[in-house]
Amino acid sequence: METAKDTSARRPVKLLIVDDSNIVRRRIERSQQFDDLEVVGTAANGIEALELARRTDPDLVTMDLTMPQMDGIECITQLVKLKPEVRILVISALSDKATAVEAMERGANGFLDKPFTDRQLNEAIAELMY
Amino acid sequence: MLREEELKTFVDGTTRYFEVAAQQPATIGSPYLLEGEPAMHDYTGMINITGKREGVVYFTAPRAMLTVLLMKMQESDFSHESMRDLVGEVANTISGNARRDFGHDFVISVPSVFAGEKPQISQPAGARAFVIPIHWRSHSAKLVVSLT
Repeated sequence: METAKDTSARRPVKLLIVDDSNIVRRRIERSQQFDDLEVVGTAANGIEALELARRTDPDLVTMDLTMPQMDGIECITQLVKLKPEVRILVISALSDKATAVEAMERGANGFLDKPFTDRQLNEAIAELMY
Repeated sequence: MLREEELKTFVDGTTRYFEVAAQQPATIGSPYLLEGEPAMHDYTGMINITGKREGVVYFTAPRAMLTVLLMKMQESDFSHESMRDLVGEVANTISGNARRDFGHDFVISVPSVFAGEKPQISQPAGARAFVIPIHWRSHSAKLVVSLT
């Protein structure tokens, strides 16, 4: 049985959402169903994501790949150097195997194809964080 | 040059998008070869393709269809910016999914979006363009694919 002490000891999981689409960013924020997940920021490209990661120290980052200014693969590479312990869930339409392998080799921990259902999103987050 | 059988990739991608993102399947009409300029709807999202294939993929849809699509996605923002965002995301998703069949060297750009103006479409010389008609609820849209 969970005690009050147990509950208070669990700190929120800090989530940073990275995607160049406002609609997708809002969708991820709205669809995630974890009480202890706190969205600490949203970014529209890799440069914004790195800046926000420095400021907010996220535990989990959802990462699009095709973005202007700095794409997701480059951002993953730099993010892992900056925050080696961060968990990265790639959410991308680039659904060929080679892209998934490259993302994982750069430091991503999971891959979810677009388009996705709420259930698929929550399962992918759960697999990485719980 | 794009072969008829390769169109299946884009038909399947379009079907999947509406089934999953809108949770309501679309009816896909028979693709046809584009002659002349296609009729553009209110909003167009275009992806440039480079790498082992070259060309463009674009999704063009009327505002009314995009509004309902946003509603089905639980969106509450029906602004001009949301419409632009959505056509870009649809074009991006269908083009990105095509890499399952076309491979890693099928390189897609970030979307260019046109609204209320004639899109500047640079079709590769000699490439055929196919129109994939999309019917969803009472609305119609098009996916146009032109590849070397």
